Amino acid sequence: MICPKEGRYFLQGNIAVGEAAIRSGAMFFAGYPITPSSEIAEHASIHLPIAGGTFIQMEDEISSLAAVIGASMTGVKAYTATSGPGMSLMSEHIGLACMVEAPCVIINVQRAGPSTGLATKPAQGDFFQFRYGTHGDHMIIALSPASVQECFDLTIQAFNFAERFRCPVFLALDGIIGKMYETVNIPKRNEIKVVNRKKAIASKVDYQPYQPDEHLVPPFVPFGSPLITRANGSGHGIDGYPCDDAKNHEQLVRRLINKIDRYKKEISLFKEYYTHDAEVLIVSYGCSTRPAIAAMKEARKRGIKVGILQLQTLWPFPEELIASITSKAKLILVPELSLGQLKSEIIKYCHQKPVIGINKLGGVSIQPEDILTVLFREIEK
Amino acid sequence: MKCSGRKYIKTESLPFFWCSGCGNGIIFAALTRAMEENNLDNKDIVAVTGIGCWGKADDYLTTHTFHGTHGRAIAVATGIKLANPLLKVFALVGDGDGITIGGNHLIHAARRNIDIIVIMSNNFNYGMTGGQYSGTTPFNSITATSSYGHVEDAFDVSSLVKSAGAGYVARCTIANPHMIQQLISKAIKKRQGFRFIEVISICPTHYGKYNQMSSAVEMIKDLSERTVNFKDIDQIAPEDLGNKIMVGEYQNQEVEGFVHRYQRLKQSILPT
Repeated sequence: MICPKEGRYFLQGNIAVGEAAIRSGAMFFAGYPITPSSEIAEHASIHLPIAGGTFIQMEDEISSLAAVIGASMTGVKAYTATSGPGMSLMSEHIGLACMVEAPCVIINVQRAGPSTGLATKPAQGDFFQFRYGTHGDHMIIALSPASVQECFDLTIQAFNFAERFRCPVFLALDGIIGKMYETVNIPKRNEIKVVNRKKAIASKVDYQPYQPDEHLVPPFVPFGSPLITRANGSGHGIDGYPCDDAKNHEQLVRRLINKIDRYKKEISLFKEYYTHDAEVLIVSYGCSTRPAIAAMKEARKRGIKVGILQLQTLWPFPEELIASITSKAKLILVPELSLGQLKSEIIKYCHQKPVIGINKLGGVSIQPEDILTVLFREIEK
Repeated sequence: MKCSGRKYIKTESLPFFWCSGCGNGIIFAALTRAMEENNLDNKDIVAVTGIGCWGKADDYLTTHTFHGTHGRAIAVATGIKLANPLLKVFALVGDGDGITIGGNHLIHAARRNIDIIVIMSNNFNYGMTGGQYSGTTPFNSITATSSYGHVEDAFDVSSLVKSAGAGYVARCTIANPHMIQQLISKAIKKRQGFRFIEVISICPTHYGKYNQMSSAVEMIKDLSERTVNFKDIDQIAPEDLGNKIMVGEYQNQEVEGFVHRYQRLKQSILPT
């Protein structure tokens, strides 16, 4: 591995993701080349076979996620990496992973869209694609790092959530965070908390592949086990056989949502900067957090009480957190490399406080001045 | 060898959901018998299906199963096999599933010689959705979406898979169930590489009805009369070959499958 042992390393965001994936115990990667995520696949192709795992470059993103799901059902931790156009192709299998309950991690290093857009340039325009990218009612977990250190830490967390909840988990990078180099602290192996999916203990007579436990998650049985198991992307009963009964479908889909929704508070990760006395609150995630921090420092120098809420968990959306943290603020600023996707979600829960977006397209970073200009203009009003 | 295939069949789910006269039951029986002939253990088998009539086959199996998305069974099977090479992975695909929407996965899996067995039930149309044309529907034939006669030509799937590099490719028809079993059995015995069995089937409910052959008996008889084994090809006048269905082994080569190659690669890079 690039970082054979613990210590401080100077790494690219994408590489930190790869290093963390292997430390999480990932043994399978299937993907299709796409910028700005390619380093994650290249890293896997070099380091997975050495770790005893398997890398394969598939014919497209549809088959990449299909292979990841197939691998996951043998009990192996599996992941893929892509960018917006690839994620559009993966949409079909995001739903499949939800429905068969295959733990897996999907990394999307966001770039400017729509369509091919600006192939190598960063964006944050896939915020809603993470949540609603596949059809049908479902719930999703999406985490987003704002530094290379967080790339490492949240990759570990993404695998842990995937294993715990038996669901696909997104890691929402962007072209800036993925391509950026920073110093990272890599902990000792035994200091990294790694979660493995709960295995089913049952007799052949009693075993039902989709019988949920008390946390609404069915304990796992891998293909190859003497307990025969079934994975089914169609509506199914707890036995894994198809079932189109209305009541059964209602129960199944509600369980798939509730198994995540019930633990929303634990899943909701975030960082706060000077929110205790903030009159102006900046809510950000990913790359937009960096200029926000610089702008906050500058504003505080000038006596303006600015604080930041950085969302590390985008989905499930932290409604209660937004409601409580915005209650004290007089003004909310939302910098994003999109035309206000996060902003529209915040508006729903912030007690009709004024919410101003600082939005940029073109694949260029938001600058601290962009935020300060809007800040000064708004306070003068 | 006489086998019932019973230990792989979920008998309480019978009868099959397929229409009367459908060829899928014949293929299913041949598949489970071939499994038994080779003493496969239920726990070692994963049957991966897509969506379509033949994609319902997993409902009747007592092996591990994965019922996934339309056209992607081979891609799912690839992940399963590579993550656990000890498993015997079967992908059961139809013509719509396997070569129309999923054609790209089929040729790439063949090229890579992924160590799985693909059994394609080819009945020339989409039965589940009402009999529309697929990538194997013959020129001029009538389907729900080619009422005036189909304007396109069909894929010769076995030739295509052979050209893509598969180690084992064979075609047979449901008119000869014993041959289906034999070919699947041979594919199992080969142990590695991509193995592809194309079974020409019938859909009396849709394709037959649209093309004035509504009885299954009539359609099987027609298949039987039009079947020519590669071995006997010399006895047929070239002008008569157009209408014939070639059966037999299109390809039977010893190849090194992906799993073995990748394992060799891993060994070669292990730190000494």
